Amino acid sequence: MSGAFRIPGAGRLKQAKTARFSFDGQAYAGVEGDTLASALLANGVHLVGRSFKYHRPRGFLSAGAEEPNALVQIARDDARKTPNVRATVQELYDGLAAQSQNRWPSLAFDVGAVNDIASPLFSAGFYYKTFMWPKAAWKSLYEPKIRAAAGLGVSPDRPDPDHYSARFAHCDVLVLGGGAAGIAAALAAAETGASVMLADEQPEFGGSLRFETGARIDGQDGFAWAQGAIAKLKAMANVRVLARTTAFGYYAQNFVGLVERVSDHLQNPGRELARERLWQVRAKHVVLATGAIERHMVFADNDRPGIMLASAARTYLNHYGVAVGKNVGVYTANDSAYAAAIDLKKAGVNVAAIVDLRDNPTGPVIDEARALGIEINFGRAVVRAGGKLRVNSMTVQPKNGGGERTIPVDAILMSAGWTPSVHLFSQSRGKVAFNDETKRFVPGTYAQDCVSVGACNGTDGLSATIDEAYAAGAKAAKDAGAKAAKGSKPKVDAGESWSRGMLGAAPGAGPDTTVKAFVDFQNDVTAKDIRQAVHEGMHSIEHVKRFTTNGMATDQGKTSNMHGLAIAAETLGKPIPQVGLTTFRAPYTPVTFGSIVGHARGPLFDPTRRTAIHPWAEAQGAVFEDVGQWKRAWYFPKGGEDMHAAVDRECVGVRKTAGLFDASTLGKIEVVGPDAAKFMELLYTNPWEKLEPGRCRYGIMLREDGFIYDDGVVGRLAPDRFHVTTTTGGAPRVMHHMEDYLQTEFPHLNVWLSSITEQWAVIAVQGPKSRDIIAPLVEGIDMSDEALPHMSVREGKICGVPTRLFRMSFTGERGFEVNVPADYGQAVWEALWAEGQKHGAVAYGTETMHVLRAEKGYIIVGQDTDGTVTPNDAGLDWAVGKKKADFVGIRGLARPDLVAKGRKQLVGLKTKDPKVVLEEGAQIVADPKQAIPMKMIGHVTSSYWSENCGRSIALALVAGGRDRMGETLYVPMPNGVIEVEVTGMVFFDEKGERLNG
Amino acid sequence: MAKAATKTNASAMSSSAERRSALAGRSVSATGVRLEVMPPAERISLRAPEASVAALSKALGVTLPTKPKTSATKAGRTALWLGPDEWLVIDEAGKDPLADCAKVTALHSAVGISHRNVAFCVTGPAAAAAINGGCPQDLSLEVFPVGAASRTILGKSEIVLLRSAADAFRVECWRSFSDYVFTLLSEAASDAAA
Repeated sequence: MSGAFRIPGAGRLKQAKTARFSFDGQAYAGVEGDTLASALLANGVHLVGRSFKYHRPRGFLSAGAEEPNALVQIARDDARKTPNVRATVQELYDGLAAQSQNRWPSLAFDVGAVNDIASPLFSAGFYYKTFMWPKAAWKSLYEPKIRAAAGLGVSPDRPDPDHYSARFAHCDVLVLGGGAAGIAAALAAAETGASVMLADEQPEFGGSLRFETGARIDGQDGFAWAQGAIAKLKAMANVRVLARTTAFGYYAQNFVGLVERVSDHLQNPGRELARERLWQVRAKHVVLATGAIERHMVFADNDRPGIMLASAARTYLNHYGVAVGKNVGVYTANDSAYAAAIDLKKAGVNVAAIVDLRDNPTGPVIDEARALGIEINFGRAVVRAGGKLRVNSMTVQPKNGGGERTIPVDAILMSAGWTPSVHLFSQSRGKVAFNDETKRFVPGTYAQDCVSVGACNGTDGLSATIDEAYAAGAKAAKDAGAKAAKGSKPKVDAGESWSRGMLGAAPGAGPDTTVKAFVDFQNDVTAKDIRQAVHEGMHSIEHVKRFTTNGMATDQGKTSNMHGLAIAAETLGKPIPQVGLTTFRAPYTPVTFGSIVGHARGPLFDPTRRTAIHPWAEAQGAVFEDVGQWKRAWYFPKGGEDMHAAVDRECVGVRKTAGLFDASTLGKIEVVGPDAAKFMELLYTNPWEKLEPGRCRYGIMLREDGFIYDDGVVGRLAPDRFHVTTTTGGAPRVMHHMEDYLQTEFPHLNVWLSSITEQWAVIAVQGPKSRDIIAPLVEGIDMSDEALPHMSVREGKICGVPTRLFRMSFTGERGFEVNVPADYGQAVWEALWAEGQKHGAVAYGTETMHVLRAEKGYIIVGQDTDGTVTPNDAGLDWAVGKKKADFVGIRGLARPDLVAKGRKQLVGLKTKDPKVVLEEGAQIVADPKQAIPMKMIGHVTSSYWSENCGRSIALALVAGGRDRMGETLYVPMPNGVIEVEVTGMVFFDEKGERLNG
Repeated sequence: MAKAATKTNASAMSSSAERRSALAGRSVSATGVRLEVMPPAERISLRAPEASVAALSKALGVTLPTKPKTSATKAGRTALWLGPDEWLVIDEAGKDPLADCAKVTALHSAVGISHRNVAFCVTGPAAAAAINGGCPQDLSLEVFPVGAASRTILGKSEIVLLRSAADAFRVECWRSFSDYVFTLLSEAASDAAA
């Protein structure tokens, strides 16, 4: 047996397949196809949560995604705890374990409920008023306490073990919503052969056909017709049908985000199955068939467990076979609740009374209810609900006042009417229009290629809905280029139709009362709060919303927005459209972070780029550092060395014999064309026209403003071909910078740029023995100093494969950079390493590279420069072609600020105590005794221990630095002031003799 | 795999350096999709104005396509349109397109990038779905027919995509992005049958 409230013969679930589950530790049984809500109701459980602010007992309001109350925590294991799951949406599986939220110590006895008694303290805007003083306490005391007290479940504190998938898709027609309208539109579009996607948030399609027993289409029960139509659509190759899929966001140019819940409903989803799949769909046309959501009645204590929407009670009965009570009352302002009363009465549930706010409504449902012997009270209001953990009575009064009568009930079904779901339409930037007759906002002005059909368009009646939807689906397909439809429109034999109803507070909860008549259940906003907000000066609905938090909970006001708006409008004495409607924003329902992240986690969070030589370095035990997306060998510790010991050994090794360094990550661009030299002249400060093929030059590139943008060595391979190198981090932006100027400023030049960064692996061999190591492996290149002087390049072969061999140095030693096609990188490295071993060469990493270049005063763009440094500031005036008429940045360099005296200039610093190593970034002052804040005249840009110099060395940007040679300056640090002497930038081999050493 | 890039002038060295391709030999099979690393190929980045297209086409033995998102293939050599003056030429027949272009006097730029790229082959009825796991392009046969080519993105990497058959794609990416691209395609492939 799956619960005492399950009615034999009612509903569509197969009673044979039971599922065990627990709620707050109590074991229950449900059946396959249940939601957690229907299974709990089948067991007579209505109390499932405590409200956000007042901790009032709460039950199920709805049977769908609009649920504000029944939020629970579901834990599959320690790492998979999901808070705020709507029990009305969560499908039951065997073994499901759910916990209630926001209560302590238990759901039935919750200490926090004292807030309900103390509620005058917690009126609208109480956050802004009560917790103003002392200001500092907001962050440390008030906010954490409020957050803890108003908890909405507990987040898991372990990494999410599930994985999430993502898919881009395109289609001619995207139909959102799979009720009668959506299905009809999809059928019409699909029959033309157009590509169609149809999505619905429910596991089964049908929408309101789930509960509308009066619907008959093509000779069948409405829900059965829906299943048949879906089966037909699924069988078509041009149609994709997505169940359990919520369209949560409608973005520009018909780009729609949808989340498909792939495995949350399964007992044991396999590891290979994603938990959710994000669909990012670009559709030529969108059909919105998102339906309508029923509104509750706003009356005193309308939040007691057992009080729910009439359509919800009907869904639980007609789909799940569950009676929400044994003796129900009905409170309504429209016809649709009558259908619920009739269905329940026919199923054997006692309907104590229907209370209808309207004076003398007529119609077939009213006649039928009367014929079934149900007591009907016109022109009356329910002014109060009794009971605490479960409703036990409703008190009825004539709506204009008079004697009260209390009727015992165990559930109240209510309906104030239906609100068209214009969320996605509004997100598409469409403008809604207020229909004064039907008191609802419906789609008005469209902003994108979409169309609304059925209830979300304010279309009443099944027949009209199918007509409209079928025509819209066919038109959307035709507009997308499809042929005319060859199918036939579904024929509606019978349907239900309701419109009208009421907005705002019902009698008994008017301005003269202080009762708690809830408008927004999830955020505990009452009719009184809305009025108070208006009285305190909030006249715009946007202000009222923020002051009261109405509609700002995770349900985004699906049931409350219209009531709140109507109460505000009434209080202001203005018509509703003048008060306005708040903007609908994505997501329609909450979306997990996992589904947004998708595949992009762990190794796929960002590409990790490795060089061809990386496996060798890894095998040698190199420690790597991240440089942009690259992994670069930082240093190669041997035999338990720490970083300093390893770097000292590498630094000495390079200068003593030789070192091998993987420079493959350097950006490389091949500049080709008859105007290549002209282009280089324009992009770099240096002259290039006269550079001979086979020679290299160190180039500096500026931005338009005259500041250094990048640097690197450039080799001229032929009159029309340059091999340009850039910094590792600068490679992509330098390429874009060059391409940008080529296309916009210099389009007349016949020259093209190709990235060759990844074509060539680069092995730097530096040190006195470098030539001895390389020479035996090279063929076709004369390695003598005469034939291959410093700053030259030759093409030939090494180890039998092509090479571009550069003679250049970033260490101050005789040096080479061996470029080989990347797939040969590791083998050539290994051959060079084997040769190097004969001479005692070392492998060195980026740290040693940094130290060695600093010993020579070679700058690193981005470390010794920061976007405010000119070539002159960096001591590189020699690299600026004085005779050049134009290059990018030439005008910038002439700006008064850039030629003024006292600019920060790059200089060397030596600490008075050679053992002290300065901190990079440390500030420099001229007088350490001055009052704080001191005048800072510069900062340290590079600082290292230099084993080769036997002391610390540093580079710094110092105001007027080159005029301060020999001056003593000061670096104040937390542990004392460090004395430094201003020096030149070259600390080792000042004459540069070792380049040919 | 030990094979020199240039086969001429037998080296004076006793042996030449071993070629080690990124990800060589890796493959993944999932329902409806197979993912393989393709063998090395000769590649050039070709840039040229419209006036040079005929001469280059003749030299290369394949007519350079001039329509966006198209390619042309002849005798193991494929030219992919990447831009109004840009083609990626891939030779899988062991011939050297760089040498062929060197004979052309018409204005152009040909740059060897054989080692810059790594190619994957994605095949099977769910191949398009696997690529759509990270690529936002419409890969339906109507919009992206056999022979269609595009420089596009896969997740956070640039790729060049070529449809070689109704259910087969060639995915080219830069060498250091190949591990990322292969891993993303593998993950997407495992979900592609849905």
